[in-house]
Amino acid sequence: MIMKQNNELQLIIKHFFRNILGVAGFLIVMLMVLSAIFADFIVPYDPIALNIKERLQGPSFSHLLGTDQLGRDIFSRMVMGSRVALQVALPTVFGAVSIGFVLGMIAGFGPKWLDNAIILLLDTLRSFPTVMFALAVVALVGPSLETVIFIIIVTSIPTYGRVVRTQTLSIKSSEFILAEKSMGSSTARILLVHILPNIFGPIAVLSAMEIPTIIGLEAGLSFLGMGVRPPTPSWGSLLNEGYTLIRNTPWLLIAGGVPLIITTLGFTFLGETLRDAVDPKLRKRN
Amino acid sequence: MTILDVRNLSVDYETEQGTLRALRDVSFTIEDNKIVGVVGESGCGKSTLISSIINLLANNAVLSSGEIIFQGKDIVRLSEDEMRDILGVGVSIIFQDPMQTHNPVLTVGRQMMDIQYRDKTSKEKKKEAAIDMLRVVGIPDPESRLSQYPHEFSGGMRQRIAIAMALMVKPSLLIADEPTTALDATLEVQIIEKLRELQGKINCSILFISHHLGVIAELCDEVIVMYAGEIVEHGDVRDVFHNARHPYTQALFACDPGRIKEKSKNLPTIKGSIPNLIDLPSGCIFKHRCTQRISVCDTSPAMHRVSEKQQAKCHLLTQGKN
Repeated sequence: MIMKQNNELQLIIKHFFRNILGVAGFLIVMLMVLSAIFADFIVPYDPIALNIKERLQGPSFSHLLGTDQLGRDIFSRMVMGSRVALQVALPTVFGAVSIGFVLGMIAGFGPKWLDNAIILLLDTLRSFPTVMFALAVVALVGPSLETVIFIIIVTSIPTYGRVVRTQTLSIKSSEFILAEKSMGSSTARILLVHILPNIFGPIAVLSAMEIPTIIGLEAGLSFLGMGVRPPTPSWGSLLNEGYTLIRNTPWLLIAGGVPLIITTLGFTFLGETLRDAVDPKLRKRN
Repeated sequence: MTILDVRNLSVDYETEQGTLRALRDVSFTIEDNKIVGVVGESGCGKSTLISSIINLLANNAVLSSGEIIFQGKDIVRLSEDEMRDILGVGVSIIFQDPMQTHNPVLTVGRQMMDIQYRDKTSKEKKKEAAIDMLRVVGIPDPESRLSQYPHEFSGGMRQRIAIAMALMVKPSLLIADEPTTALDATLEVQIIEKLRELQGKINCSILFISHHLGVIAELCDEVIVMYAGEIVEHGDVRDVFHNARHPYTQALFACDPGRIKEKSKNLPTIKGSIPNLIDLPSGCIFKHRCTQRISVCDTSPAMHRVSEKQQAKCHLLTQGKN
């Protein structure tokens, strides 16, 4: 029984890459990240340059995915759209997870009245219909990338907050936390060293799985005209434009929809594999 | 020297049905280097006693009277911060279920090094200390096992790791809350032997909670018999085991399968059940189940010293009939 003295991170990485779905997810996400970063070099045409002469062309070698009704190259718009998708997804997940973590852990570990207060706050947030809330915010400050990010953060905090709170509650009452308390550990120590690593797995998965939802939400808001403003390309606006022209030029819809589907799959694979790699008990399975 | 001095400790639980008087007027001391066993059936206040000693009582518990003096300091009156300087320094505890006392997502090594957070030594030193301690409790190949997770160990090994972690801090008082209840008989013997051996090495006192009489007899110097929140008998293990004076202790021994000589279909039991601690009966707490009940039992008996090392709470002793 000789085990190498691996540290935690190495073990997680090793187990992650043993899973084929995880590798696929990782590659898809990497592809998306790279295309977002290097979008300026990839796009064959300026994604917002109008070319009325070549409007609504089908896919060809000069326009891989054809053109839209204003003659813009759809492939270029699709690649540029990944940038918007990531610009929305990453800060919102980061923001919502951070705030959700803090609120959830305080609610789960703190006194009952604080728990009730935070739960009330989260339930209030959650009871707003996303679209109505978005409409109200957009009406107040106007559509922009920042507005979209703000709206999505606010509406997805309850998801994380509730999960973190429930996990904290269940772990708080377990015997190893009592054992820690009996060894004189401070509250901060119990929360950070012992409870946090126990919640991290489920939250990593949840965030990975929320990313497609967020991109979808951004697409939805853009579709309703409440997201990023034209002519900035986003997958949502591609879908929006494609929707009206679906009978004659379906490639617009494909250019908006397919990357959304693939990204969703990619992040979901990533999330599931991450959960299995982070949890030492699930790790043994493969 | 006295390590722990519990004086007239009473603890109540506020429940919806009323005030549950879980511990009443409990007094005892633990001397240096002694192993004191506490025995009693479920619900007699053993766990409440431990929780009050480590000052981690449930939210609805009220320490209504008494003092718990640990190394000269009254634990009851300490602030949370002052208490943290005692827990994991002077007192440490081993819990009942070894399957649940470790953090499932951290390696055993990480947890054993983490528990030394008070020592300002290097990581390597802490690791060495952890390896040494695992070797002491008899975990084979401790270097490589440090990187394993709790679920990769068997129950007996986990309990030994729990013991190692509790002893890591070199406490002067080790509290063991039924540490062998969740283990099988062979492991029980191993753990008991390990505890005895380590107690000699580290020179700590042990407060050992159990409902296994055989284990108490094997391990402890003194025994405290609890019934329904009161100490009914307290004394040297030999005296109590050979010459139990309280009817409850006698009944308890009569029910110990290890002491039954004759074949019988049914194991003996003590008839009845413990009284409702919300609505306490007057007089002796054991009178409803006692086979030797006399008329004075309707008044509360006082602790009676039968010998230098043994005392019991029963009217029969003062009436000269037992």
